[in-house]
Amino acid sequence: MSEKTNAVKQRNDRYNKYVNTVTPKTSLAKAMWHSFWIGGLTCVIGQGIGDIVKAIAPTMATDTVANITSMILVSVAILFTGLGFYDVIARQGGAGSFLPITGFANAMASASMEFKTEGLIFGTSAKLFTVVGPVVVNGVVWSTVAGLLNLWIMGM
Amino acid sequence: MSEVWKMIGTYAIVFSVGGALCAVAEILIVRTKLTPARILVLFLITGIVLEGIGVYDAIFKVCQAGVSVPIVGFGAALAKGSIAAAKTYGFIGAFAGGLIRTAFGIGTAIVMSYIVTLVFSPKTK
Repeated sequence: MSEKTNAVKQRNDRYNKYVNTVTPKTSLAKAMWHSFWIGGLTCVIGQGIGDIVKAIAPTMATDTVANITSMILVSVAILFTGLGFYDVIARQGGAGSFLPITGFANAMASASMEFKTEGLIFGTSAKLFTVVGPVVVNGVVWSTVAGLLNLWIMGM
Repeated sequence: MSEVWKMIGTYAIVFSVGGALCAVAEILIVRTKLTPARILVLFLITGIVLEGIGVYDAIFKVCQAGVSVPIVGFGAALAKGSIAAAKTYGFIGAFAGGLIRTAFGIGTAIVMSYIVTLVFSPKTK
């Protein structure tokens, strides 16, 4: 009986060793480098769009420039998602592709496209926020708390 | 000439700060098994807290798009809007301000996603 369990154990050990050899090694340093340059490049593009908008309309309010910049970034990211380019970036970029606002836009567009087959109402419209819902909900809840706290502290 | 160097400096800071934030998020994914959605919420709340305690503007002045393009900037914009609206409309403003300020981006994302969905079909893998 104990011989049998021993054999099973040896087999399991062998199998685990085999699994370890065939699992691709993800190097943390490499993944961090890819996230770093893709994320950094996205931010540089954002800064560039902002500077160009400012150069075209120097009298524009800073807030409006920021809004137009994020609108352009979001639109380009969604267009790239539709064309299938964003998947290529995301495969390499890891966190560098989902942490910037472009990743937020990509998550919305891919959820929306993925559920197209279930129809425009119950598919696209209902599932649009499946991925980014947590961000929007937590954002609204905690920013409301911040606003109320600020008002309360100012009132004191 | 000094203008050009100043611009290069700004872009270098934008690149390194934005990249560093993403690298930190990458460490969190690899080391802690946190899902991307949780990490996004974590960075978002960081932005809200930074704006709430009033240090975000000082950080933004130095890092510019390096901090405003990552989701941290989205959180800060939500909190900024909520605080500003609370000052203007009283306590009811706190509930609307965040959405009002970020509506440009969110509205664009919803409309563009809808249009793109109508035009393109998902690629079968």
